Amino acid sequence: MAVELQAGSAKRGRRAQATRARRDSRAGMALVSPTFIVVLVMVILPVLWALALSFQRIRLIQLRQLDLFGGEYTLRNYERLLSDSGFLEAARTTLIYSVFGTLGAIALGLIAALLVRSSFRGRGLVRGAMLLPYIAPVVAVTFIWRVLLSPQLGFVNAVGTDVLGWNSPIPFLSQESGTITLFGLSLGVPTALLAVLAFEAWHSFPFAFLFILARLQGMPGDIEEAARVDGATPTQIFRHIILPQLASVIALIAVLRFIFTFNAFDEIYLLTNGAAGTEVLATQIYSLLTARSDVGSSAAVAMFMAAALAVLLLVYLKFFAEKDRMQ
Amino acid sequence: MTPSRSRWSRYAIETRALRLLRPLGIAFFLLITVFPFYYMILLSMRDLSAVIESPGSIVVGLSEISTDAYARVLRPTDDGGEGFVRLLFNSLGLAVGTVIVTLAVSILGAYAVARLQFFGRRPIGFLFLSVYLFPPILLAIPLFVAFSRLGLRGELPVLVIVYVAQTLPISVYMLRNYFETVPVSLEEAAEVDGATRLQIIRKVSLPLAVPAIAATGLFVFMIAWNEFLFALLFLVEERSNWTVSLGVSQLQTIETPATTLMAGSVILTVPIIVLFLFAERLMTEGLTRGAEKG
Repeated sequence: MAVELQAGSAKRGRRAQATRARRDSRAGMALVSPTFIVVLVMVILPVLWALALSFQRIRLIQLRQLDLFGGEYTLRNYERLLSDSGFLEAARTTLIYSVFGTLGAIALGLIAALLVRSSFRGRGLVRGAMLLPYIAPVVAVTFIWRVLLSPQLGFVNAVGTDVLGWNSPIPFLSQESGTITLFGLSLGVPTALLAVLAFEAWHSFPFAFLFILARLQGMPGDIEEAARVDGATPTQIFRHIILPQLASVIALIAVLRFIFTFNAFDEIYLLTNGAAGTEVLATQIYSLLTARSDVGSSAAVAMFMAAALAVLLLVYLKFFAEKDRMQ
Repeated sequence: MTPSRSRWSRYAIETRALRLLRPLGIAFFLLITVFPFYYMILLSMRDLSAVIESPGSIVVGLSEISTDAYARVLRPTDDGGEGFVRLLFNSLGLAVGTVIVTLAVSILGAYAVARLQFFGRRPIGFLFLSVYLFPPILLAIPLFVAFSRLGLRGELPVLVIVYVAQTLPISVYMLRNYFETVPVSLEEAAEVDGATRLQIIRKVSLPLAVPAIAATGLFVFMIAWNEFLFALLFLVEERSNWTVSLGVSQLQTIETPATTLMAGSVILTVPIIVLFLFAERLMTEGLTRGAEKG
């Protein structure tokens, strides 16, 4: 009797569990569906449609008459890209901009995080100040830089000519290449590209700073303490104890920053409008779409961008996965 | 003490060098982060002729302070100004609308992904974040074409939907991280008492998640307020619907003096900085939660 009762309740328990799982599953799908619908309608479908557009010859003026799906499909947009020197140049600039922008941001962010790691008076304020470049609106910060770097009334050029003895103001954001003379050696430098890279490193180092600092503060102090007792110097501790523990968070930031910088439009558009050797793929797409109203070509460049990013990320992940396995 | 720690050992030299370099480094970072903003405010209050005369001066006498640039930026357009009061309301409405819709949608989505076993739960979490893999300009092309064709391109509610799509994934991500830290036992207790799933969310999970929801909402507000590309593409022909970001970017013509440009930038930046001053901890902790463990 008692055994039967137990068996019965176990059965009921299993059945209750099964209905509960079903109920949870239904509730889960219901709750997640609004998010899914927004992402589907505003992201997934547009991407697929952009893919279709990239195989059509469509200009904005024809929009009203044209059947947007039934048009003729052709490879013309892609063929034209590969023979377009402006496109290849912009692709190269995009890669340089995102690699060095990412490295610059991480280097600055790492140094900043190490500096404010241990406590001192006013640390909270300093930490807040370090986040300013990232939280302030991009339109405002690009314009501050434009004014600061302006050849006529810019602070940097005023200091440069009055204090540092420059011969003439440097048009940082409109000069494609300049020369700097160091110890008698003349060196050609891409002025405007370096200026936008400096901006990018400044603008996004707080992102790296924030994540590295969070990781630093979550680190157990005992290994470091043990190393210090054993006579390790600060640089040895950094190299052999702190840096290895930061590797994973730095790798994550590198991926995220690379993606964001690769895709970035605002910074270059607002600083130079793509002039003076700073045209990246995103600003090129914008001018193809608005100034030339060539929807097909702009979609082709955008698809190329997405594909290139996917390939770069896959290579990176494979490289890192293999490194992990070797360790 | 180990013998290597004499006055000139590597340890002593490094320690002393760092003791000197650290304040210098902090000063350098303070200079590069704070000075540009100080310069912006300074320029916005100076007279243009004074700026042209001495661009290198970084102090302004009390008698020299002028609010002309602000007056010009804020005056309505039919009064010869730039009409920024209206733009402030546009930006505010757009950002608040985005926050409300994004939070309403993402609270449900984040709860589901954090708590409920359902078909496709794992791939969906990944799918949402992969939104950020696509360049915004790629999404802008089809959306631009579609809304142009529907004749809705210059409308602010359309832009709210675009912003919601851009902020949903990070919002779901931040809230999900939080919901995962709320002990399941609390919800189970409510379930035993006979509460339904929606009641549990409303009465148990939401009150506990208020700080996380506030942090996420502020973050979404900031993204919407600062956004530029979509505002430029969708609104530029519709002046009465401009956001402050777009308005400042359009100030930049030959005849606009730098002082006006900076006054516009100050008006654009101040709300974000004020918001941030009040909620810095809340926002940064919400974003980096989970990063501590590497």
